[in-house]
Amino acid sequence: MSTNKNEKAPLGVWGVNEYGYYGEFGGAFIPEMLYPNVKELQDRYLSIIREDDFKKEFEHLLKDYAGRPTPLFLAERLSEKYGANIYLKREDLCHTGAHKINNTIGQILLAQRLRKKRIIAETGAGQHGVATATVCALKGLACIVYMGEKDMERQAPNVARMKMLGAKVIPVISGSKTLKDATNEAIRDWINHPADTYYIIGSVVGPHPYPDMVARFQSIISEEIRKQLKEKTGKELPDYVFACVGGGSNAAGAFYHFLDETSVKLVAVEAAGQGIESGFSAATTQLGTTGILHGSKSLVMQTADGQVVEPHSISAGLDYPGIGPMHAHLYNSGRGIFLSATDTEAVEAAKELASLEGIIPALEPAHALFALRKLQFKKSDIVVVNLSGRGDKDLDTYMKFI
Amino acid sequence: MNRINKLFSEKNKNILNVYYTAGFPDLESTTVVLNALQKHGADMVEIGMPYSDPLADGPVIQQSSMIALENGMTIQILFEQLKDCRKNFHLPLLLMGYLNPVMQFGIERFCKMANEVGVDGIILPDLPVYEFENEYKKYFEQNDLHFIFLITPETSEERIKKIDRLSTGFIYAVSSSSTTGNNKEFDEQEKYFSRIKQMNLKNPVLIGFGIKDKQTFDIACKYGNGAIIGSAYINALNGSADIKKTTQQFLESILR
Ligand SMILES: Cc1ncc(COP(=O)(O)O)c(C=O)c1O
Repeated sequence: MSTNKNEKAPLGVWGVNEYGYYGEFGGAFIPEMLYPNVKELQDRYLSIIREDDFKKEFEHLLKDYAGRPTPLFLAERLSEKYGANIYLKREDLCHTGAHKINNTIGQILLAQRLRKKRIIAETGAGQHGVATATVCALKGLACIVYMGEKDMERQAPNVARMKMLGAKVIPVISGSKTLKDATNEAIRDWINHPADTYYIIGSVVGPHPYPDMVARFQSIISEEIRKQLKEKTGKELPDYVFACVGGGSNAAGAFYHFLDETSVKLVAVEAAGQGIESGFSAATTQLGTTGILHGSKSLVMQTADGQVVEPHSISAGLDYPGIGPMHAHLYNSGRGIFLSATDTEAVEAAKELASLEGIIPALEPAHALFALRKLQFKKSDIVVVNLSGRGDKDLDTYMKFI
Repeated sequence: MNRINKLFSEKNKNILNVYYTAGFPDLESTTVVLNALQKHGADMVEIGMPYSDPLADGPVIQQSSMIALENGMTIQILFEQLKDCRKNFHLPLLLMGYLNPVMQFGIERFCKMANEVGVDGIILPDLPVYEFENEYKKYFEQNDLHFIFLITPETSEERIKKIDRLSTGFIYAVSSSSTTGNNKEFDEQEKYFSRIKQMNLKNPVLIGFGIKDKQTFDIACKYGNGAIIGSAYINALNGSADIKKTTQQFLESILR
């Protein structure tokens, strides 16, 4: 393929093929109205992100603006409790408080090179909206963020941040008024503004090439983990990598450079909400079947008639009825281990991390932290948990449990 | 002969194709609307199969779809409602919807049942050309169903030619780059319409999206073989006490 140094870890059979598929999942199921925009992206994204000038600016902004590399921290008291060597990948220390900025920096640079003037995005927890508003301010581009009305309430601090950054936040009142519907509205906006608008998707979802593109921008996470582990332990490969999965972007980034290393167990943790069988859950692999959502074929939570159902999670960032096609493939093939944690379990794990390590995680990665209890480790195991974001935005929710 | 081809062989101007959502305003409205449209002058009818996440639709059709789903509409029920429709209904009939519900129903079974109840064509805006050619085409062909493709002002000439080659019924020219029911200025689109007209495509062209009254219908008919009306008719049905009368008044206002 290419000689790009970011691609030194071969994805083997886990990468996307030329038609945008991961196994049976993926593709670009889009109406003709979006064809020219999506086709332009498909034709140009790889060549643009391989340009020296792009790579230079991307690396520069990741380092001096976003604050990378993020630390890999050996959490000693957590390690003692769970009987393994547990490392936290501190994406919570990124500028704006989550891994989402890695992707928005990449996509804004791409949008600039495609000469787009108007940026749109969807957001659930507001982290992606904030990360998009941030890079738009940095580059002086107009920014419109679609956010479910319900999410605007439960993630109010992020709404305020987006406004301060100059973005226009449009409340979405259709459907379940959460992330799924915000994504629908963003796609409709794109249909209505085909010439000047670029859509910055916030996860590894959407039509090809978005899942692959977002995974590449997030792959910096596992690239750093490999390097940092080598420095700290002499070994590049952990035994386990844990990450939460909403759409799956932080998990894709944390797994990326380990996908073809079969000794590394990749653990994806979904939101079980009030319990998988409760009717209030967002555990897509447990509850979903193959379907089309937001332009790609993947696992989707739906009725037998193919109507998408409303998911539930305490965490707005995991409250999504699908997962990216790459993860559907990891699940179906058995390459990924898919676990889940409920609302209250996530809160419990967040409280535990705060008291053992002095770190307040976001609700989303708190799900991944809880899943540490579900596997048996050997004392010598190296376990990396991707701490995808910080908990500031969730304090209101946490206060209800303290 | 498929009723779509038969219609265009007999009439190739001022074709009025009307869209409505199955199960709206009430679950049992489907065939009432269908027969009223035939009686009052529609040339062709397009029945929308409601979906929870209709990406290509504006607020009006989103709303009618949501109400239809709340009413309990499903593809299975729609086929039951349409089972005997061909006793009275003789116009070309299309089903329009999104791929996911059709996929869950089973594409093969869907095409077979559509053909059995007398459907002539299918529109699924999120089934793209690549997937159509690769996997789906055969099921439509085996069941004498025309698959209708969309083109937009942004579609390249080369791609329009390709779509023309693949199409067998007609081409659905979306009037402007938008979701359904938009109010974008119509006159600006005339350059695009005449560009398509000058391409002399082998398939007839119907223009849709944003056609809402006699004036916009007439402009569309100047360039295409006819037009498709959706959101404006749904708006008329919304809150109507008498579907037949509303339909009569609506069609008269377009065709007068
Ligand atoms: C901190 C954090 N982690 C995880 C997610 C879930 O997204 P993804 O699965 O794409 O990483 C979000 C989404 O908002 C988030 O804010």
